[in-house]
Parts: sequence; C-alpha cells; structure tokens
Amino acid sequence: MQNSQSAPDIASQQTAIRARNVEVFYGDTQAIKGIDLDVRNNEVLSFIGPSGCGKSTFLRCLNRMNDTIDSCRVTGSIELDGQDIYHSSVDEVLLRAKVGMVFQKPNPFPKSIYDNIAYGPKLHGLVERKPELDEIVESSLRRAGLWEEVKDRLTEPGTGLSGGQQQRLCIARTIAVSPEVILMDEPCSALDPIATGIIEELIHDLKEKFTIVIVTHNMQQAARVSDRTAFFHLGEVVEVSETDDLFTNPKHKRTEDYITGRYG
Amino acid sequence: MSNLTVIAVLLILMGLAYQLGTTKSSKQASRAARDKTTPPMHSRPHHHGALVAFWTVAPALLLVLLWSWFSPWMINQMLISQLPEPMASFSGSELDAILRRVHNVAGNFVAAGVLADWEMQAAQYYQEMRALSQAIMVAAVSAAAAAGLFLSYRRVNPQLRARNAMERVIKGVLIASSTVAILTTIGIVLSMVGETLRFFQFVSPMDFFFGTTWNPRFSTVGGGDQGEFGLLPLLVGTLLVASVALLVAIPLGLLTAIYLAEYAPSRLRSIAKPVIEILAGIPTIVYGFFALVTVGPFLASLGASVGLDIRATSALTAGVVMGIMIIPFISSLSDDILTQVPKALRDGSLGLGATKSETIRKVVLPAALPGISGAVLLAASRAVGETMIVVLAAGNSPVLTANPFEAVSTMTVTIVNQLTGDNDFSSPQSLVAFALGLTLFAITLVLNIIALLIVRKFREQYD
Amino acid sequence: MSQDNSNLTVQDKVVASLTRRRRQEKLFRTLGLGSVMVSLALVAILFINIFSKGIPAFWQTSMTVEVYFDPDVIRISEKPEQQPNETFEDFDERLLEWETQLGFVNFNRILSDSITPLLSDFERSQTRYVTQLVTSGERHALRDMVMEDPSIVGETRSLTLLTSADVDVWLKGNIDRSLPDEQLQLTSVVREWADELHANGHIQNRFSTALFMNPDSRSSLASAGLAGAFVGSFYMLLIVIFLAIPMGVAAAIYLEEFAPKNKLTDIIEVNINNLAAVPSIIFGLLGAAVFINWFKLPMSAPVVGGLVLSLMTLPTVIIATRATLRAIPPSIRAAALGLGASKTQTVFHHVLPLAIPGILTGSILGVAQALGETAPLLLIGMKSFVASIPQSPMDQATALPVQIYLWQGNELRNFFEARTSAAIIVLLMLMISLNSLAIWLRRKLEVRW
Repeated sequence: MQNSQSAPDIASQQTAIRARNVEVFYGDTQAIKGIDLDVRNNEVLSFIGPSGCGKSTFLRCLNRMNDTIDSCRVTGSIELDGQDIYHSSVDEVLLRAKVGMVFQKPNPFPKSIYDNIAYGPKLHGLVERKPELDEIVESSLRRAGLWEEVKDRLTEPGTGLSGGQQQRLCIARTIAVSPEVILMDEPCSALDPIATGIIEELIHDLKEKFTIVIVTHNMQQAARVSDRTAFFHLGEVVEVSETDDLFTNPKHKRTEDYITGRYG
Repeated sequence: MSNLTVIAVLLILMGLAYQLGTTKSSKQASRAARDKTTPPMHSRPHHHGALVAFWTVAPALLLVLLWSWFSPWMINQMLISQLPEPMASFSGSELDAILRRVHNVAGNFVAAGVLADWEMQAAQYYQEMRALSQAIMVAAVSAAAAAGLFLSYRRVNPQLRARNAMERVIKGVLIASSTVAILTTIGIVLSMVGETLRFFQFVSPMDFFFGTTWNPRFSTVGGGDQGEFGLLPLLVGTLLVASVALLVAIPLGLLTAIYLAEYAPSRLRSIAKPVIEILAGIPTIVYGFFALVTVGPFLASLGASVGLDIRATSALTAGVVMGIMIIPFISSLSDDILTQVPKALRDGSLGLGATKSETIRKVVLPAALPGISGAVLLAASRAVGETMIVVLAAGNSPVLTANPFEAVSTMTVTIVNQLTGDNDFSSPQSLVAFALGLTLFAITLVLNIIALLIVRKFREQYD
Repeated sequence: MSQDNSNLTVQDKVVASLTRRRRQEKLFRTLGLGSVMVSLALVAILFINIFSKGIPAFWQTSMTVEVYFDPDVIRISEKPEQQPNETFEDFDERLLEWETQLGFVNFNRILSDSITPLLSDFERSQTRYVTQLVTSGERHALRDMVMEDPSIVGETRSLTLLTSADVDVWLKGNIDRSLPDEQLQLTSVVREWADELHANGHIQNRFSTALFMNPDSRSSLASAGLAGAFVGSFYMLLIVIFLAIPMGVAAAIYLEEFAPKNKLTDIIEVNINNLAAVPSIIFGLLGAAVFINWFKLPMSAPVVGGLVLSLMTLPTVIIATRATLRAIPPSIRAAALGLGASKTQTVFHHVLPLAIPGILTGSILGVAQALGETAPLLLIGMKSFVASIPQSPMDQATALPVQIYLWQGNELRNFFEARTSAAIIVLLMLMISLNSLAIWLRRKLEVRW
C-alpha cells in the first residue's frame, strides 16, 4: 500500500525489522489494520499520529509486549533478522533481550540504582563475576549520560531520582542487556522540557549503536530526533518517509492535515 | 406500667407533637405568604414538627433511661438499710444472695427453704418501693414531656431556625454513635486494667509475667490455697500454635495469591477466589470440631506410621487447622496488594526479557513486601487471639514445651477455663482471666497497629 | 569489542540460560497452581467431612407402637375444672395437685406393656430392659398427652417414639458391632430386640424433627435439639441488627461526611480498624466485666450476648459503610449542595440512598459473623446447659455455635459426633444463606461509578 517505500532505499540499507500485513485485535475490535513497515538498522524511526491511532499498539507488537494482555491477538508477520518473532519456536524472553523497551512513565524498580541496571544482565546470565557486572553498570550509565550524576550514590533507590534521571536510568537499564533495537513509547511525555532535551540528545547518541523506534505525540520531537517518520491514522500507516520530507512535503492529505494541526 | 409501656406512650406522643408543630408552622407559613409584611418562614413546616417532637420526647426518654438505671440501685440501698442486723452489715456475695432471695420472693418466684419473717417484710417493702418508684417515674416523665411539648410548641415562629436546630440534633446523634467505638476500646482497657490490678493484689506481676508454672488450683472460699500463675507456659503455647499456623498459611496463602493474581485465567480466578474466601467465613467452632474429630486422629496416625509420637490434640493439630483458617486472610490481602503493584513495573521487567516468574520474584514481590508483611502480621494477630480451635484441639495442658507434637495450652484457652461464668470476680483464679486478656490485647494491639500502619503506607505509596 | 561480536555473545548467553529459566518458570507456576488446588481441596475436605458425618444425623430411628393408655396404670382423679365459685388461686392449687399425681404415674410401664407384644423373644424378667429401647423423653411426652387430654386414658393410640440414642447408634452401625459385651452401652438382649424390630419394620429411620423442634436435653439424649439455640441466636441477632447496624451506619456517616480531618478522627480511624482485629474473646471479657459484673445483667442471657456481639460487629459495619460512602462520587454531593441543600440534607437525601446496597451487604456479612461467634459467649456464662426454649432475651439461653461446643463435649461420642455435625450443617447453611443473600443483593443493587 505504501508507494513511498521505494525499492532502492531498502536495498541500500539493511533491514532490522520487517513487518508485513500486521493486524491486531483486542477482543472483537481491530486496533491495527494490515500494516507493512520496515525498520532499518541504526536509524531512529518515529511514529506519530493522533491518540488512539494504534502507534503504541504496533510498537508493543515489535517485542511481543502485547502478549501480556489477555484479549490481544496479533496476525501477519514481523521478522527480526529474518525470523518471524510470532513463530511458536521463538522465545519471547530472548526476543525481548534483543528488542528492549522504554516506557511512557519512568518505571525504575524499587531497588538501588545499581540493582536496577544489574537486573537484566544478572537474569540473562551475561556475567559471571562482580567486576564484569560493575563494568556493565558503569558503561550503561555512561552511555545513558547518567554516570556523573549518580556514581556516588549507586546504592540509593532508583525511585529517589528526578523524573528525567529515572527515565535515563530506564534507558541505561535497557542498554545494559545490549539489545539490537530499543523501543521507546512516548519516553518524554511525563518529563519537563529540560529533561526532554537531555533525552533527545541521548537518543541521538544511541543511534550509533542501536536501532531506535520511538512513539511520540510531539511532532517537533519527531522532527528533531528521527531519521524517518511514520504517520499512523486509524490503525493504518498512512505515510512513511524521511522525516524532512514528511514534514515539508507530505504526500497524503491526511498527513498534511495532521501536521498542519487540523486534527490531533 | 412497665418501662415498655412508657416508651410506647412516648412514641405516640412523638407523633402527636410532630403533627402539632407541623400544623402550627404551616399556618404561619401560609399567613406569611399572604401577608407580605411578615417575614417568610426560615424552615419548612416538617422541620418545626420534628423539632417539637424531639423536645417532647428526648428529655422524657432520657429520664426513663436514667431512672431505670438508678432506681434499682437506690431501692436496694433503701432495702439494705431496712434489713435487720446482722444481715444489714453483710457485704459482697452474701449480701447479693440475700438481695436475690428477697427479689425472688417479691417477684413471686420460688425461693428455696423456709422464708423467715424478716424476708417476707423485706420483700413487701421492696414491692412497695418499686411501685412508688414506678409512680414517681411516670409522673416525672409526663411532666417532662408536657413541658417539652409546651415550650417548644410556643417557640414555633417564622424566625426560628428549626432546620438548623434539627440538623444539630442529627449531628449529635451521629457523633454519639461514632464515639461508641472509642468507648468500647476504653471500656475494654479500663475493665481489664481494673480487674488486672485486683489480680496483682493476689499475685505479683513478676510471678505472673515470668513464672514458668501454671497451676491455678481451684478457687476456694477464703482463698487459702493460692496456686501458681506463671504466664510463660501459656505464652509459649500460644506462640507455638500460632507459629505452626503461620508456617501452614504463609506459603499456601501467598502462593495462592500469586497464582490467582498473576497466572490464573479469569475463570479459575472468579471461582477459586470466593471458594477460598469461604474458609474465612466458617465459624471457628467448626474448625475446632474438624480439628478434634478429623485432623487430630489423622495427624496422630500419620505420625505413628513414620514412628513419630504425635498427640491427637496437640499444638500441631490446632496449628495446622488454624493455618487453614487464616489462608484466606493472607491470600486475599496479598492478592489486593499484588494487584496494587503498578503494571509499569511488571512491563519494565518483562520488557528487559525477564520471565514471568522472575518478574514476580524479583520485582513484584519485593515491591509488595511491606504490604504482604502487614497481611502476615494481621494473620498472626488473628492466630494469637483465636480461641475455639485451641480450646478443642490443643490438648489443654499448660506445660512449658517447644515440641509441637505435645499438648499445650494457650492464653485464650485459659481465659475460657478460668472464667467459667459462675465464679464471682474476687478470686485470683477468675481475675487472672483479665490479666491474660490484657496481655493478649496488648500483643494483638501492637501487631494490628504495626500492620495497619505498614499497609496504609504501602497503599499511599502506590495511590 | 565490536557491537556485532558482543551481540552474538549476548544472544548465546541468553539462549544458554533459557532452559534453566524455563524450568524455574514451570516449577514456580506449578507451585502456585498446587497451592490453589490444596486450598480448594481443603475447603472440599472440610465440607465433605462435616456433611458425610452430619447428614445421617438428620434421620433418627424411631419406633411405631400402639400405645395403650392403661387405666390400671394411670390411676388419676378427674382433671379439675375451675368452678364458678372458686378463686383462681384455689383452682391453681387443685390443678397443681392433679399434675403432681400425674407425675407419679409409671409411664415406663405403659411403654413396656405396649412394646413387649412386638418382641418375639421376651421373658418377664427382662421387663426393665424394654424401656431402654425408647428415649426417656418420650415418657414425658406421654404424660403431656394425658395432661392435655385426660380422656385418652383407656384408649389406644398409634405413636411414633424416638428410640434411645444407644439404639440409634447401634442400628446405624456407628459403633463396632464386634466389640465385647462390656464395651457396648446396650445389653445384648436390647441389641437383639432392636435388630428384630428394625428388621420387621417397627423401627424405622425417619427424618428427625426433634433436632429442630426440641431444646437441648441431657436426660433424653436422642431428643436433644436445637430449638433453644435457634431462639437464643435469633434474639442475639435481633439485638445486633437493631443496635450495631444503625449505630455503625451513623458512625460511618459522621466520620466520612461530617468529621473534620484531624488528629482525632485519625485516632478514631486507627481505633476502629484495630477494634475490627481485636480477638473476639476480649469482647467476651468486656461483656463479663461490664455488662454482668457492673450492670448486673443476667448471666447466659441473649441480651448480654447480643450487646457483646453488637460491639464486635460495630467496626465491621462502620468499615463497610465508610468504604461504600467513599465510593460515591463527590459530584453527587456537589450537585445537591449546589442546589442549596444543607449538608445534612445532601447526605440523607442523596448520598445515603445510593449507599444502601453496600451498607446492606456489609451489615449482612457482619451479622453472619456474629451468628458464628462462640468464644465471647462462653465468657458471659453461655456454656451452661439450658433445657428450655428462652421466652425472652433476659432468660438463660445458648446459641447455635455454643450448642455445637456443648454437644461435641458430650460423652456419648458415637451419637453426638454425628449430631454435632448435623448442627454444624445447620449453622453453615444459615451462614451460607446470609452470605448468598449479601452477594445477591450486591449483584442486584450494585451501582458502578
């Protein structure tokens, strides 16, 4: 359905996630209607669209977080590294180690800052000795730009940090498991502008190592952080293209209406 | 005219007063509506009616209550002063016995033995006094009702803020009701402290709190034979039974709560939850019987088959059954608390690739721990104060032992044993029940308050 | 350490850990399911156990006999009638005399004379054993029949008489029949008779109305019933309903709607929550000290029991009512206040009617809890045996759970284990009906906000 998905582009960039004809149902209501979408390696792809358009739902399909909702049913195929993640042989634990997620509201565990970061590596058995773990904790916190702020109080509870710091802690927690893809579900919606700015910079830095998919309801944010942008409306992807193109030269009437503020 | 008749008459009067007040104020209201110079009524006619009714009945009713409380005492005092010597100088239970006998004679009940002349006279005097007292009461109550009706009826006028007055009355009733709960606590504490202090006149607190032998003997008149009142065997027995109960209930209750809250399909949850909660509604006497007749013999034969000597009525039997009883306390409170742990925390853990059980064990449970420990403390308080199961199934043997296979006795059992009902409250043998009760109350109070504060704090954290 | 390389090792490590973690997951899940199953099984065992023991006790063996009211045995003068010229006292005295005369009649003889013809193998020397077949209370039943209607003397009536508890136990097989003679309560001849009468249909197992209609009895165990306990419990519940519920609701309304939020109300709140968790036996001590020792209310009386249970139920009602009131959205109060209703009018006209379903549910649960309570009643003297149905709340009485306590302690275990279980079934049924009523009301009336 997308003619914007031009063929030479795909060939030149390696595809991280390939979604084809994805449909999602909550009980009898259909939330996602046949979405085809590719996520490329080491890009920042943002999803924009009015609330209830299915962008968060689709995001949660990418690491099967929708499995935790009883009534939710997903059809179609989503491939990660060429393998369908909804295939019965795929372990969602392994999938989520590869596709990490950062949530709308910062949700640090009620544990120390150190334990928050160490949680994932310990679970997955990534380290055998304490020094290795210390190293992962430090490098993750550094990458999340939090190390300098918290290095002296690693044993204090993560819930005691400010909102922006908590969200960076959650990002650090995610990268500690070295995922390939990081999904971010409106990561700045609960933060003030300054904290938002810091996270946006961080996303820019993380792009080198990780593929990032970010849902945002803030078009300026999408414009600032993402390489490409997908516009969602009523459970469909209306348009995907380079971010600059999408905002300056939308191909669809619906996209234009949305970015010019006719609805939202 | 009995008190009930008086109250019935007052109720009729109340209806009448309401009608009178309503009628008068409606007339005033319609006059006010016609005649623009008089100010409009502040309150509606039925407010005026209710106020008149209140002032007619409330003081009179108060008088009835006070009188029926005071007059028997007064009559008895007058009766005692009429008794011939030596009876008049009797006191305590002997005097009570004489009074009861006189009351019986006066009430035409059968009194054992031959009636002495003075008893007949006293009975007659008693009857006369009662009649007199009744007459005085009826007169006083009529006067109060009439005065109340007259005064309040005269006050009905457009400016009277009858509604506000009535609302103050209602609020007064509401406040009075909410103080009952406090009065109950005060009553519990005062009555038990009073009787405990009397007990400590017989037995020193040191001997009570630190004594290792419980052997109260029987209460004898004059109290020559004292017996020993050491709390420790009972306290240890109580803790032993409660520990067994918690050992049974905590794992079962907690795992049940976890499974139902986190794993169970909604159909299983909707069936299992209420069924398990049935356990909390079953009267404790039923558990006691179950323990005595079924569980005890079962545990004893189970023990025999593996070479263990388990008494049929033992700390183990009582504890296991009590554990079954408190499973739902732990499971439903923990269930509440687990479901209050925000979904975001679970998502965070699952999103990192944790399995469900890892998420529960390493994130959800630690987050819920304060709330769950509150639930456990409440269950512990319930176990310490439980009576009927231990009365029937713990074996009632107040010896100091830490072996759960032995028969033990607990504080609650001993309270029941010592306060048989026919004791007068003057021997240490029955007073000790209050000392035990006060100790029990203190223990459970501490447990409850800590638990309530913890749970409240937990709730606030995630609200 | 390049990214690809590290990712590969991460993936390998995760995969390596998966088997162990999946096993843990399964184990944990199984443990949870196991606990649920154990808890459910415990409920089932408890109920099956009680019901299998108790249900047979709803039927009791009784004997159909042609009873001849032999005038040679019942030698009594004519029943006195009140003469027109006689004062009531005089008549009463004559009647009492006649009743005393009747009391001396040997009704055992009437019984044994009526039963012996049914026995194939009977010798005169065994006469004294015959009455062991029938529970002793039936003697009084015969006397009462004569007292009611003296014209019965000389006639024959077909009557159904309860057999004695020992016969009931023997015929139901609740005792090991192979036990040696000296361990059986019944002598061998009575056992043979019982078997014979049972075989030829004179003794049959019939639904036991005695269990419901009679008060407790110690002399005639087979006719011991729950009627006294029913009435005692009924009086107490009435007191609870008329005392605890209005007071609890009023207190909850004050605390939730009127009380200022300050230290004092905070203390009241903690106090009420604590009171709800105070062991019930403490309330018994309160009752013994305050109501009996201070106010000199009668021992073992439902009025005291009712007061104690009311105080115990009060916090439950308050907590349930407050929860209901709190769930009613403030917008309703704002709407009423906005129309110029006073605070009191708002609460009583708008908030309270909406809270009624919740209040009803909470109150019924509180009443059910009071119905099942035993311990505090023992402390106010209710563990004494009461052989009559209380006529007023001031009379001596027992309550259902207390009756269960008394029966389980009876020495005739073989008979009373089943009868106690039957009493428990009755109590459980009452509680289940109350609880179902509460659930039904909640479903029917519940308003969701």
